[in-house]
Amino acid sequence: MRDVYIVGIDMLKFGRFQGATPGELGAQAALLAMDEAGVTIHDIQALYSGNQFDVVGMVAQDIQKQIGQTGIPAANVKNACATGATAFREAMYLIKAGAAEVTLAVGAEVMPRGLLGGGETAGLNPEGILGSASMPAVFAEAGQAYAHEHGATFEQFAKVSVKNHHHSTLNPKAMYQKETPLEEVMGAEMIAYPNTKLMCSVNVDGAAAAVLMSGDEVRRRGLMDQAVKIRASALASDPYTPRNLAMWDINAATRLAAEAAYEQAGVGPDEVDLVELHDCFATAELLHYENLKLCGVGEAGRMIDTGETALGGRVPVNVSGGLLSKGHPIAATGIANLYEISTHLRGKADRRQVEGARLGLAHVVGLGTVAAVHILEKAN
Amino acid sequence: MVEYRGVAPWVVIEDEGAHVQARRCSRCEAMLTRPSLACPSCGAREGLAPVRVADRGVLHSYSIVHRSFPGVTTPFISAVVDMEDGTVLKGNLRGVAFDPEAIRFGMPVRLVFDEAGVDAKGDRYLSYFFEAA
Ligand SMILES: [Zn+2]
Repeated sequence: MRDVYIVGIDMLKFGRFQGATPGELGAQAALLAMDEAGVTIHDIQALYSGNQFDVVGMVAQDIQKQIGQTGIPAANVKNACATGATAFREAMYLIKAGAAEVTLAVGAEVMPRGLLGGGETAGLNPEGILGSASMPAVFAEAGQAYAHEHGATFEQFAKVSVKNHHHSTLNPKAMYQKETPLEEVMGAEMIAYPNTKLMCSVNVDGAAAAVLMSGDEVRRRGLMDQAVKIRASALASDPYTPRNLAMWDINAATRLAAEAAYEQAGVGPDEVDLVELHDCFATAELLHYENLKLCGVGEAGRMIDTGETALGGRVPVNVSGGLLSKGHPIAATGIANLYEISTHLRGKADRRQVEGARLGLAHVVGLGTVAAVHILEKAN
Repeated sequence: MVEYRGVAPWVVIEDEGAHVQARRCSRCEAMLTRPSLACPSCGAREGLAPVRVADRGVLHSYSIVHRSFPGVTTPFISAVVDMEDGTVLKGNLRGVAFDPEAIRFGMPVRLVFDEAGVDAKGDRYLSYFFEAA
């Protein structure tokens, strides 16, 4: 199948947009991406819009009402924390299939406040009886399972948050730009051991969008200089494991998606110059070092101790500040990660630039479970 | 005599007492707690026979939960336990201090059954809990 390129991609600075709708935020991000690509709404042949929490859920059409209703195919995607990545992937495959030359993918979210997870249940709510379904606890348990098998410590998990908060001080589009020393991270309010409040992603609103084109279209428009090639796009669900019924498995789906992505791209993990991975909680990041094969079995604790994943290290991870500090508006996250990778590949990441970045990997994982991995490469 | 409901479909209450019930897949041996049309492990639609789950296991993972949803009493220990027969259960570990120093991965635990609370309609519930064995 033919190659597909990102030619315009952008995100709103994540934050709290009181009273805004996802359609409004998505429309703003869409216009930024379209302006960068030099296209108008009349060039867009299909729209895939991702959103998780809107009650009606017709956000693609809400976006069209903001920026132009041209009658194109428009579809709404909901896939937990992989929502934006899934919308992006659909927009890519339409071009790969030869059914379009120019498509638009958007992820937009206005978040419910407070702890995520749980939800209404008939009868007695089992929270606090059959353990916890809150996200901080679920991801704490995933991290502790790794600690059980490989000996990662509370301090090592906390160092993830120190690193990502540090990175965010270099990213003007992050919700927070504030250093958080190790003592502050470990001493913050304990939410679900070992995740303290500063080890939980930031609940914010936001939107991100990308304009995709076929290679022929990029060349016809003379846009190859700003184009980013999609080398791989993989989506996976969780295969059955014996613990599936008791704890959500964020590992198996990530591993499947990563393996498929490396195979599609024909590259190995050691060739990747930077990674944006799903650090929804500090405990999760260490697991994904291993799931994405950035290190060997049991080596994630060492990776964070030695600074290999910090800016300037062997393979910088979450240079954007990650979900922990940039923020995590569920459906926007998957495209915002691709924006970060693209910005580095284009050499435009300013003070947080990963020097010489040629290949980058973006990963998201949502509970249920879904994982998406994309590998991007500078076109020239 | 008080009538109880099980807090989850896999908590079965009989006159002689309560137990956790799963289905064992005769094709792939998976131990399934949640209802399903076919075995999620191998897809078998038949040979899913109800079995009584072992009452002992070892601690696989946990979190000490200090903040939960409104109205939920904290702290509590949310635990994932590998039962002796291969079933994996999640539930509260009790009788142990809310301190990581007091909790050991792989520690043996046993199931105990106890009152779990009352719902909005006034129905009373029974659940299992883990205690150090
Ligand atoms: Zn089976």
